[in-house]
Amino acid sequence: MTTASQNAGPASTGRAPAVQLGSPRHGRTVRTAADPELRSPAGRGGLMEVVHHRYLLKLLLRRELKARYKGSLLGLGWSYVRPAVNFAVFYFVVGVFMGMDKVIKDFPIYLFSGLVLVTLFTETLQSATRSVLHNAPLVRKVYLPRELFPSASLLVSLVHFLPALAILVAGALSYGWRPTLTGVAGAAVGLLIVVLFALGLGLLCAAATVFFHDVEQVVDIVMLTISWTVPMVYPWTHVRDHAPRWLLQIWQLNPLVSAVELFHHGFWGPLSDGRIPPPPALTARTVSALGCALMFFFIGEAVFARLQRRFAQEM
Amino acid sequence: MTAPTDLSEGKRVPGGPPAVVVEDVSKRFTLRHARSIKDITVRLARRQALSESFDALHHVSLTVTQGETVALMGLNGSGKSTLLKLISGVMSPDAGTVRVRGRVAGLLDVGAGLHPELTGRENVFLNGAILGMSEAEIKRKFDTIVEFSGVERFLDTEVKFYSSGMFMRLAFSIAAHTEPDIFLIDEVLAVGDPPFREKCIARIRELRDEGRTMLIVAHDIPMLVDLCHRGVMLRRGRKIYDGDVAEAGSLWQADKKAKSAS
Repeated sequence: MTTASQNAGPASTGRAPAVQLGSPRHGRTVRTAADPELRSPAGRGGLMEVVHHRYLLKLLLRRELKARYKGSLLGLGWSYVRPAVNFAVFYFVVGVFMGMDKVIKDFPIYLFSGLVLVTLFTETLQSATRSVLHNAPLVRKVYLPRELFPSASLLVSLVHFLPALAILVAGALSYGWRPTLTGVAGAAVGLLIVVLFALGLGLLCAAATVFFHDVEQVVDIVMLTISWTVPMVYPWTHVRDHAPRWLLQIWQLNPLVSAVELFHHGFWGPLSDGRIPPPPALTARTVSALGCALMFFFIGEAVFARLQRRFAQEM
Repeated sequence: MTAPTDLSEGKRVPGGPPAVVVEDVSKRFTLRHARSIKDITVRLARRQALSESFDALHHVSLTVTQGETVALMGLNGSGKSTLLKLISGVMSPDAGTVRVRGRVAGLLDVGAGLHPELTGRENVFLNGAILGMSEAEIKRKFDTIVEFSGVERFLDTEVKFYSSGMFMRLAFSIAAHTEPDIFLIDEVLAVGDPPFREKCIARIRELRDEGRTMLIVAHDIPMLVDLCHRGVMLRRGRKIYDGDVAEAGSLWQADKKAKSAS
């Protein structure tokens, strides 16, 4: 048995060098092509591979969280400071000095429910955009599903998001908010919209950054505008009253606008005194925003899966 | 499996199905000289090329049988590392196919997966998972890995405080215990102090005798001749020899002489 297989197997490759150079060995080709256990060493890409590597994803998440705050006194506490400062600036400048406090009842809740979503979105997109390039040593040396890196970015942002959400709930309760079924369900859909939209765009931008490092800068700049393009510090009626109708309609197509309105509907709506009317056609726009976010998610995943084959040689 | 006992003398190759099949593979790289608009304008004005491409691999075919240890030889830039990267799946070929049987893991630049801010212990888990081990597998081998690396005392210290020798020892130890079906080793044996290097080579011999498939790139010809069943010689992206490892070694030596003479 041993002798037979020895003769059949590698002896041919071992003893007949340099003869069939260049031309594939046809006998072998036929045999190996039929062998189902032989597979390509590179994965096909796609987020399903991340699911198969859950354990590694967990370790990467832990690494991100540990490494980011390593050596700082406050540690994970820094993830509270950033939104707190953001909130304070918006509250005092827009709320108190510019008087939005008087236009919108319970402005702090209105502001914060938008802010947590906007922070989740910008943080995910910014860190996902960098994620692949910043793991260049790994991407170049070891085959891993590259989707792991943007996915870990999303998880890090979600870890930061959860305590913010808890603070939002506690704050709303202290203002006399009581949850409603549609409100909470709507907020959940709003969260889903943001997650899908951010991950889809994040995958797209992460892949693009590998080829053009400029994308990182563009994303950073665009993120500066997000707080102002969604109804976070102003009500939707301001856009209706001050902008032409077509602009209002375009503005409402932004899935983030719908997501923020869903959060308002869930956490601030029950507190509202009706001076700001609820945004029109929210249900229909929720469906369209969810569709849009899903579309970006699938496009981002497909483009990333395609481009990731060239990552190692482009970095 | 009777073969592996006196491999060094007999060079008896174990028989079995192919573990790595590289068929007519070509890989071309594009070197971009200019990336920014400014550089591109300057280069265009001077009529210089914006990029050039070269063939890292040119119609290379190679079949490695399960349990075989193959040395890849050739001067720098001959395509050895590119071939290993294609087999590991890090890169995809432009033409041709690469297929493997089972899990591939490699020592392609040890330490790429080690994170300086994490402790030695955390890195064993992280790097083990990066190299394809499951949680249970890492837990089972944890003590062996630590013992082999000899960094027990510093296990809960961040890796950034390790000496470069300790860093390499830990990285090699994790990789050498991943037990993949196909093991790729790229020029890592040049690192570390002599006693640890001996230990590494002994470990590789052990893996070989267990019947694992291995592809080794190194610059130490006597060691390769001693370790490997077979030698493959590459020259400027083409396979020019595939067969007896000592013969491949002398071809490589000739290439080196020719290069230093010119």
